[in-house]
Amino acid sequence: MSEARLEAAEDRGVDVFGFVARFAPTLFLIVLMVLFAIIEPRFLSSINLFNVMRQVSITGLLAVGMTFVILTAGIDLSVGSLLAFAGLVAAVVAKGGLDNRFTVSEGGVGYGWGLAALAAAAVGLAGGYLQGLAITRLKVPPFVVTLGGMSAFRGAALLFAAGGPVSGFQSSFTWWGQGKIGPVPVPVIIFLLAALIAHIVLRYTRYGRQVYAVGGNPEAARLSGLNVNRIIMSVYVIMGFFAGLGSFVLAARLNSAEAVAGTGYELTVIASVVIGGTSLFGGAGTIFGTVIGSILIGVLLNGLVLMNVSSYIQQIVIGVIIVLAVAFDTFAKSRRRKV
Amino acid sequence: MANAPAALSSAPEKSNGGPILKMTGVSKRFPGVRALENVHLEVGPSEIHALLGENGAGKSTLLKILSGAHSADAGEIELFGEPVAFATPHDAQRAGIVTIYQEFTLAPDMTIAENVFIGREPGSKLFVSWRRLAEETKAIANRIGLKRSPMTTVRDLSVAEQQLVEIARALSMQSRLIVMDEPTAALSEAEVANLVRIVRALKAEGLSIIFVTHRLDEVFRLCDRYTVLRDGHYVASGQVAETNVEAIIRMMVGRDVGALYGERPIPEHGRVALEVEGLTRRRNARDPNAIELVDVSLKVHQGEILGLAGLVGAGRTETVRAIFGADPFDHGTIRVDGKEVRFLSPRDAMSHGIGLVPEDRKKQALFLGLAIRTNMTIAVQEDVSRGWFIDEKREDALINEFRKLLSIRMASPDQAAGQLSGGNQQKIVLARWLALRPRILIVDEPTRGIDIGSKVEVHNLLIDMAKQGIAVIVISSELPEILAVSDRIVTMREGRVTGEIARTEATQEILMAMMTAHENSAASSAAA
Repeated sequence: MSEARLEAAEDRGVDVFGFVARFAPTLFLIVLMVLFAIIEPRFLSSINLFNVMRQVSITGLLAVGMTFVILTAGIDLSVGSLLAFAGLVAAVVAKGGLDNRFTVSEGGVGYGWGLAALAAAAVGLAGGYLQGLAITRLKVPPFVVTLGGMSAFRGAALLFAAGGPVSGFQSSFTWWGQGKIGPVPVPVIIFLLAALIAHIVLRYTRYGRQVYAVGGNPEAARLSGLNVNRIIMSVYVIMGFFAGLGSFVLAARLNSAEAVAGTGYELTVIASVVIGGTSLFGGAGTIFGTVIGSILIGVLLNGLVLMNVSSYIQQIVIGVIIVLAVAFDTFAKSRRRKV
Repeated sequence: MANAPAALSSAPEKSNGGPILKMTGVSKRFPGVRALENVHLEVGPSEIHALLGENGAGKSTLLKILSGAHSADAGEIELFGEPVAFATPHDAQRAGIVTIYQEFTLAPDMTIAENVFIGREPGSKLFVSWRRLAEETKAIANRIGLKRSPMTTVRDLSVAEQQLVEIARALSMQSRLIVMDEPTAALSEAEVANLVRIVRALKAEGLSIIFVTHRLDEVFRLCDRYTVLRDGHYVASGQVAETNVEAIIRMMVGRDVGALYGERPIPEHGRVALEVEGLTRRRNARDPNAIELVDVSLKVHQGEILGLAGLVGAGRTETVRAIFGADPFDHGTIRVDGKEVRFLSPRDAMSHGIGLVPEDRKKQALFLGLAIRTNMTIAVQEDVSRGWFIDEKREDALINEFRKLLSIRMASPDQAAGQLSGGNQQKIVLARWLALRPRILIVDEPTRGIDIGSKVEVHNLLIDMAKQGIAVIVISSELPEILAVSDRIVTMREGRVTGEIARTEATQEILMAMMTAHENSAASSAAA
């Protein structure tokens, strides 16, 4: 309607607000780190920083997958449950089958970490595929499908574990969670490598463009010849794969898999993505933002722990920050529309 | 003339025989557009007043000012002789003016009674009295012949019944003046007849009605007086009994269209590129308000531009969407280059060289938040990629080609499409489909909401494409546009083809008559 103003905006080509909005998560992270460093000098020690990164790496992995889902304006609440289920399957494979799962012995038996990792990935992929099927074929909203998945996968995990944790793996297995390459913990490397690959896929491939297009305007995507259902399906499969990968790394780190693993992860993971600037309305967001968002939550929790803030208060803080991040997104969107 | 004294004699007490509504010198500007300039509208008591004009004549803007949705820059509104100014639609409703828009404002999952009294439910402060709600709704429903239980869910009603609910709501607000914006656009003949009866009954009760319609036969069947607008200006008003269809069309059209666009001979055409036969789509339970298509047949040749003309709801968009595989249909045959095809998705249609520029660029075409590059090349990713990866060099080359061809103004390919002006946005969408190098291109409302300069550019582009042998179908609600670009024109009404004419023989008057024709006269014009 306001052609004149539009033309002006085109000519200027600079948008201060847009610039700040884009780097808001990064700026916030830096401010937070400076603040913690002043209050508690221990925060900046390299041991602590690597510790933060290692803690972040599991939810960070899931957040990378969740970015694909949220870019299509979807959501996956089942990640924590799927992670628990896939982790148990991996653990049982590593222990050499259901009959040997509670045998406590270091090494010897079992099928090795390779098969265990494959099993975890396979369970994740299958879980994601089933949910994608329900979303695209049965037309059930993702929120409902994955809420159902959250319950169903947790139940499957409990059934599979038959009560106790499955623990005690070969050291070649636990290396994936506890090992280091130089000073850097292996999970951190896996997380950053996965993020890099995801970044390349979203930024430089045809598929990546299609994900943004489907999230930005599904009807326009369909009329432009994209197979919208297949793309939506694919993001849940990707999410499932990351849940499987995360479960493997988590089991390796804890040297144990249990049915209650990953409880509440969906909140942390979705928060990481949203705080990183990905819009819950779909079509906007970056992997870089998600990595920053994940680290931000890790730093926040770590700082609060160092400051001896109760874990209950930590939960309140996370909750408030999620709402603020979405409010900011909504505000930025309405501003964009006005420009 | 015969109507006027009768209408005056049944006037409500307050009006003293003068007009109940008098709008004088109303002007409204939007940035860059003068929407209304010194417009008048006078509606008498117990009068059905036809507000007429082409698309873009300013009817909607005038009605929005009257209903409080927009405010006027200049001019006065008098209601029952007293000056009024409405800041919100609520103000207008309290003053007794209720507007029923084409897009209904009903809550589909609530009952008739709840919709009628929404926000004004009878009962105590805390609790709604369902019994009174149902009784009062029933009383109003009886007045307008709505034979449904007040507890029926609105979703289960037909379009015509939903319209009656809107009217019932207006009556429940004790309104004195009901504004109906194209109330008959989506109704069948029988439903229109029923609406006509109800509107007459309301008039007999002393209400006045402003009736916006494109169907001139309805004006002569129903209305007492008329006002014609053109290009945001007031043209004329008078007694319907004292004029005729030809005179009204002349007032609406007004300008010499041939002079604006110049004469262009109809070029030679190639073989038939696309042929549609007996395309039919019925309403079904899943989509009870869909526009039906009945036995639609048409064809377009290589190098030809076929204009598809019709009023809102005539089924033009539905026809091309069915051809393109965007919507399903029940039966009918589609042949591309003589071979029978049936597309299950737009992707299928595209692989046969068909492109469709949809009607609503913001809802159906653009990714407003995404970069221009994504918007332009999303349909031709294969052409700008190496394997899985987008090759931005090749992409930039393609973007540059179309930037020059369509003279698109943009800062960089990475700019978000939403930052461009309407005309440039439309060019981006056109570029997306031109990049596909289609053999058949369908454009639905190619110049809606863009400035005159870009309009002419788009028209020339379409003509150029046809010269290169592409078969083009153009849908437009603007008859001058249809006449400017088409070689041959097919008209539709209520999901049926009502006629076909060569551009050289067509005028706006003839097209308007074909688009608004009754079924029997339609049959004869189609046969001719």
